[in-house]
Amino acid sequence: MNRPRAKSIPPKVWAGVVLLALALALLPFVAAFAGQAWVRILNFAMLYIMLALGLNIVVGFAGLLDLGYIAFYAVGAYVYALLASPHFGIHLPFWVILPLSAGIACAFGVLLGAPTLKLRGDYLAIVTLGFGEIIRIFLNNLNAPLNITNGPQGVNLIDPFRIGSFSFARPEVVLGVAFSGPQKYYYLLLLITIGVVVVNLRLQNSRLGRAWEAIREDEIAAKAMGINTRNIKLLAFAMGASFGGIAGAVFSATQQFVSPESFGLFESIIVLAMVVLGGMGNIPGVILGAILLTLLPEVLRYTMEPLQNALFGRVILDAETIRLLVFGIALVAIMLYRPAGLWPSAVRKRELEVKGGTA
Amino acid sequence: MSVNSSVLLAATGIGKRFGGVQALTDVSFSIERGEIYGLIGPNGAGKTSLFNVLTGIYMPDSGNFTFDGAPLDRLKPNEVAERGIARTFQNIRLFQNLSALENVMIGRHIRTRAGVFGAIFRDRQTLAEEASIESRSYELLDYVGVANRANHLAKHLAYGDQRRLEIARALATEPKLLALDEPAAGMNATETKALKALLDDIRRDGTTILLIEHDMKLVMSICDRVLVLDYGKKIAEGSAAEVQRDPKVVAAYLGGEVTLNLRRA
Amino acid sequence: MDTFLQQIINGLTLGSVYALVALGYTMVYGIIGLINFAHGEVVMIGAMVSLSVITALLGAHVQLPSVLIILAGLIVAVLVCMTLAYGMEKIAYRPLRKAPRLAPLITAIGMSIILQNLALMIWGRNYLTFPTLIEPTPHNILGASMTDLQMLIVALAGLLMAGLVFIVQRTRLGMAMRATAQNPQVAGLMGIDINVVISAAFVIGAALAAVAGLMVMTYYGIAHYYMGFLLGLKAFTAAVLGGIGNLAGAMLGGILLSIIEAPGAGYIGDVSNICGFPCLGDTLQEKCTASDGQLSLFGSNYQDVFAFFVLILVLIFRPSGLLGERVADRA
Repeated sequence: MNRPRAKSIPPKVWAGVVLLALALALLPFVAAFAGQAWVRILNFAMLYIMLALGLNIVVGFAGLLDLGYIAFYAVGAYVYALLASPHFGIHLPFWVILPLSAGIACAFGVLLGAPTLKLRGDYLAIVTLGFGEIIRIFLNNLNAPLNITNGPQGVNLIDPFRIGSFSFARPEVVLGVAFSGPQKYYYLLLLITIGVVVVNLRLQNSRLGRAWEAIREDEIAAKAMGINTRNIKLLAFAMGASFGGIAGAVFSATQQFVSPESFGLFESIIVLAMVVLGGMGNIPGVILGAILLTLLPEVLRYTMEPLQNALFGRVILDAETIRLLVFGIALVAIMLYRPAGLWPSAVRKRELEVKGGTA
Repeated sequence: MSVNSSVLLAATGIGKRFGGVQALTDVSFSIERGEIYGLIGPNGAGKTSLFNVLTGIYMPDSGNFTFDGAPLDRLKPNEVAERGIARTFQNIRLFQNLSALENVMIGRHIRTRAGVFGAIFRDRQTLAEEASIESRSYELLDYVGVANRANHLAKHLAYGDQRRLEIARALATEPKLLALDEPAAGMNATETKALKALLDDIRRDGTTILLIEHDMKLVMSICDRVLVLDYGKKIAEGSAAEVQRDPKVVAAYLGGEVTLNLRRA
Repeated sequence: MDTFLQQIINGLTLGSVYALVALGYTMVYGIIGLINFAHGEVVMIGAMVSLSVITALLGAHVQLPSVLIILAGLIVAVLVCMTLAYGMEKIAYRPLRKAPRLAPLITAIGMSIILQNLALMIWGRNYLTFPTLIEPTPHNILGASMTDLQMLIVALAGLLMAGLVFIVQRTRLGMAMRATAQNPQVAGLMGIDINVVISAAFVIGAALAAVAGLMVMTYYGIAHYYMGFLLGLKAFTAAVLGGIGNLAGAMLGGILLSIIEAPGAGYIGDVSNICGFPCLGDTLQEKCTASDGQLSLFGSNYQDVFAFFVLILVLIFRPSGLLGERVADRA
């Protein structure tokens, strides 16, 4: 990859970065004009960015179709929920649980990946799908005989992120500016998301990232080049799972409530749709995909339902149904007409420029 | 066999069966350090099967290889590559959607170390390693003559360039033995001539070459020694001139170069 | 012993349904190597359409024998499903036949979601009940009971499978299908229209799926827009269990899966009964006493997990299935 060296960043790029930073810093206040609900939506968008980037390592980089990715999100969420709630009466601080969530999700990833990664791609898809369902069914049923997960009721009153007496869930006035709970979380999430994005960018442009892409392109050739495909694939699974675990823990803390319902097959598919729509393997594309598909149901809610009310006098199709239908259509249409996604990777673009230049 | 022996690769009694087909029967040969060793035979003679057994894609049913003084038993393809055998494929297998440069950089994988920590934190050592991977890969692209295509996707390269890129990618693994499966297939006379010059350069720079090829002119002009397979059996081994005169070889090819590609095609 | 026989009879009934659905997966996989994720939804559409037709006929007070009413529903459902599968293959899978393997898998998932949500729009979110048209008269077989309906399901499924085997083994189309499964390029060179063969595989599979949809709905008496997912997954498990791409394997796998599934879940409950263990904590001891010494770690709630475990274990330890895979190696 021809990435620019740190010393050669032109001033224009710096100006762009500063503007973007300013925009991101002001965003929660702009959103708050439309209501605190929109700040929460922003927070969700960032959770989905983390999830989609994690899945992108597995699907986009290494080319392994994982249909049960949400299981790792669930593991991360429940690890946090059980270690920071009155359910067991344990209240560990979040910076202890966050790595724990990542680690345990990672262990689950290895547990699933080790025996199954030698399977052909389509078998892997169905096994991961089964695994996702197994985790959900266990979460649903591990309330008897020993109550571990509290079953379908889920875990309530989960601790918010807290540093000393500074809780992210409470509204607060800092330096004369009033911050709501979701706004405080926004900045924390932004920090974690930027961290996740940077880690992903660096992974892609590394020896390991190239090895993943080699496996995606041609596994036999990758082996012939000396790449230990089994280990490298397992690593992709483990890394993807860790990001899922981190996102899950953050989800637990922001929602302060988890239940098995949040971790169904459709959540896995939604995250997959984000990766596919934006552009498998391309980090900015995946981020775009996550943002678009998080906003989509809100947009539909605010447009389709009033529209139907105006036209037919009642809501015939609720936004949720339309959303899933749009996801389905998007998956098919993107694969048929734009397999590289809405935002194809830089190599392709560079290539197009080179071609245009010489023609 | 000592590491300093002049023999780089020795095969003894290699046999391989696929279902009812005996693809290879008791094939033995040895390759000297620094030579270009040709492997020829009519279509279906077992050349590619031998390649696949050597590079760990298939397990041999019998026999064994000794490479660089140590046995090469039951190794996976990646372990074979690590030991120092790199290969190209008859039907080019580049990483299609990656750039030419990235293809070669992937070849550096086994000779470099950076892991997750290095990738994420980009410590001094990792940065130095990345820089060396990139510069070495540029050198190799230049060496095979496709440096001006470094940022093009592999799939958009011209056919001859793809073959050369595959050689550069194989060379990036620092092989002691470079195994080429029909590198001249589909090339025109000019491209083949350039390929011959490249192979000469590679040998001069110290890499031993095992060459499967159908272009007899190329084989006869460049190979030090040639092994002839027919129906999975060795029928002749020797210098190009000797092999050409061997009656069994002539019989296998039905009397010459012209018909050689037609038979059992 | 009679409960065991009962389990076998119930297993055979449900297994026949699994087998019919599994055949659809296996035919498509055998020929183009695609897991048609949307196949389960075709089953659901079959059930829904036949339900709608039957309800409409009953509502119109048409004086027909129930058998004819069901038959009418079945025929319409079969036709709808065949058209649906034909269109689906043509629009979503055919253009991607040469694309990387990931692409058609993703469109298949997309199709599955589209069908599910279309069904949700048309038939709503609630469980729909199927009118009792066939009285479940039980017959005594060696102490176990088998209803008319169960017999009908097993017999019809058997008949359809025999018909399919006949098509595949004895007709020109069947020969073309087998040839295409071996090597599509060569089959094409021999003058076989591969597109026709592939469409046929989808369409025949869809017809069987429609029948299976009606069967499962009659058996349980309910239908739901989400019913295709689990049924499809279990049928796929059955196909893999028997050996994917293998017709006999799909049948065997379907029956075997359902036979081990129901009692299997029961046995897990017994095996994981923790009350026999020494050194239980006080709380657990109390719970054991309260529940008459039956305190299982894993109860029948885990029946669905059981099918997934079977799938995973088969894929790991015997990926070619019990009867072996009949797919040409296209490495």
